[in-house]
Amino acid sequence: MTDRHVFPPLAMYAEGLACGRAGMALCQDLNFSVLSGQCLLLRGPNGTGKTTLLLTLAGIVPPLAGSWTAQGPQDEPAPVHYCGHRNAIKPRLTVLENLLFWRQVNGATGVSAEAALVEVGLGGLEDLDAGYLSAGQGRRLALARLRVSLRPLWLLDEPTAALDVEGHGLVTRLIEGHLRMGGLVIVATHDPIHLSHPAPVQTLTLENRA
Amino acid sequence: MSGFVAMLRRELALSWRGGGNVLTLVLFFVITGAIVPFAVGPDKPLLARIAPAIIWIAAFLAMLLGLDRLFRPDHEDGSLILLRQADLPLSAVIAAKVISYWLVSALPLILASPLLAVLLGMDLPAFARTLVSLLLGTPALAAFGAIGAATSVTIRHGGLIAPILIAPLSIPVLIFGVGTITAAQSSAAPLFLAALSLMAMALAPFAAALAISLAED
Amino acid sequence: MSIQSTPKQSWWNRIAHPGQFVAWSAPWLWPLAVLTALLFAMGLWLAFIDSPQDYQMGHTVRIMYVHVPNAWLSQFVYGVMALSALGTLVWRHPMADVSMKAAAPLGALFTALALFTGALWGRPTWGTFWEWDGRMTSTLVLLFIYLGIIALWRAFDDQLRAARIVAVFTLVGAINIPIIKFSVDWWSTLHQPASVFRADGPRMPPSILAPLFVMFAAFTLLFLALHLKSMHTEIKRRRIATLQRKAAQGHTA
Repeated sequence: MTDRHVFPPLAMYAEGLACGRAGMALCQDLNFSVLSGQCLLLRGPNGTGKTTLLLTLAGIVPPLAGSWTAQGPQDEPAPVHYCGHRNAIKPRLTVLENLLFWRQVNGATGVSAEAALVEVGLGGLEDLDAGYLSAGQGRRLALARLRVSLRPLWLLDEPTAALDVEGHGLVTRLIEGHLRMGGLVIVATHDPIHLSHPAPVQTLTLENRA
Repeated sequence: MSGFVAMLRRELALSWRGGGNVLTLVLFFVITGAIVPFAVGPDKPLLARIAPAIIWIAAFLAMLLGLDRLFRPDHEDGSLILLRQADLPLSAVIAAKVISYWLVSALPLILASPLLAVLLGMDLPAFARTLVSLLLGTPALAAFGAIGAATSVTIRHGGLIAPILIAPLSIPVLIFGVGTITAAQSSAAPLFLAALSLMAMALAPFAAALAISLAED
Repeated sequence: MSIQSTPKQSWWNRIAHPGQFVAWSAPWLWPLAVLTALLFAMGLWLAFIDSPQDYQMGHTVRIMYVHVPNAWLSQFVYGVMALSALGTLVWRHPMADVSMKAAAPLGALFTALALFTGALWGRPTWGTFWEWDGRMTSTLVLLFIYLGIIALWRAFDDQLRAARIVAVFTLVGAINIPIIKFSVDWWSTLHQPASVFRADGPRMPPSILAPLFVMFAAFTLLFLALHLKSMHTEIKRRRIATLQRKAAQGHTA
């Protein structure tokens, strides 16, 4: 990953953002600003709205109050990679078919599907039915999706879930590579993530509403 | 465009490898049609007369019952959220799904309909008109069905909601479908049927996309 | 309350807030109910005592004074629902989905009444309770659509999310209802042309028209009163749900 700053400068701001489900606020009055090459860590106990915040930023759930923007130089909303709890893998398709599908649907702007599989440690499993993958391997396949299409904004929800120690390293490598390319990462996690350059990392701790 | 083709290929591959779903639907269609004579009695002229109605009702039910497969698996494994952020517009994703749903549910039924025609004693001209009416009418059923499936996708155990919603809306399809077969004198029925299918195929992806994008998660 | 902080409000904003909507519309409820009762008294007197018998149908023609307004309401209520659905989707008006939800059971009720009185009328007139004629059949399909919409409302756990999805389906239904009506008319051969509203003026004599229009007004006002009341009920139900959620949240925290 030698390519530097392939993404145009991007900034994400949230002002007084409140998000929740069914009209019930889970997190309120959030303010943050994240710039290109920066990572925002979302922390906090269960039920504090980390997943809902990510879904809100992905445009799936409308915010209850406040506003957020993720804009590049052309004032257009930045394309988003959302990586949620569910891996969105079809067990009847092979590993390669699964990844190739998303590469075609999301735009074949990143590395090739085969290269991405090697990168996440699934090299050699291309023709295996994805249903045979273990939970951790499924997670790796979901992460490979981030690499096959270039999108500046990553929203990762517990990316290290079900992954082993080497997998934690993989997530760290992916995030660092993305930040070097001028991308922007917002990640909700309980696991510690140690980047080699901790400077661009901000932490936002969500708390239970008393 | 390549995204649309990829979507179509994925849907077809999933259906073919989906553990005989296609076959189950065809079987349902044939059994539903073949069960009617047991209720009506082995009265051949009567059966031949109501055969178009039987075939259409069997096709109608088979297509409504298959609706749950349209979006629910994608919703449950998280694919639907990602598809909403694909480069391909959601309405195009849904259009691909409707087309592939027609290919894997309606087309097999049409191919299996000669079997029912023989069982019910239809003559050849009536059977030819049945084929035409099924070809013209089933796209509308698939398109209406997509709206129902999109509306009920986030409902837990919502499998029966979509047929309930869609059956009343599909009555015109049934009327003009059977009309195409029986009413030889009024040649307008196939035209209405084709118009209905075209309109439904053109508008349903947008309505279904709206319903899915409003459904949050 | 926030009344002093917002001195000037358009009526649009004034009805946007649930509490203010109730406060603003509650005084209308009683006059509306009284007016409805008066109109019903007048209409029933005109229909049952003052109007002549039909030379063919005899006294059974009086069923018409109940049947026709119900049939009109079965379509009018869907119009109200479709308009509210537009309000939900396009303008995101908070009261629109309350109005949409409150209207659905009322629409189903009036449609069922139209079918019931139609059957009562059909028995002496046609000699059968049910005839597959165009208008009765499309009214039956309309009832199925109403019931489907109610089932859809009930199937969602989260009513706020349900509103927008039901709105999409309501509009799809609104586009479809004319098609259904057309197809059913095409299908039925026993079809008599509409006789109240015609381009060349009403054909009915004034002795029948006068009670009919009073009953039209009475039933429409009845719907408006019931609709307003059930909107208030729905607002209260939502407030209770919110309070319960807050209580549950406060308990766990």
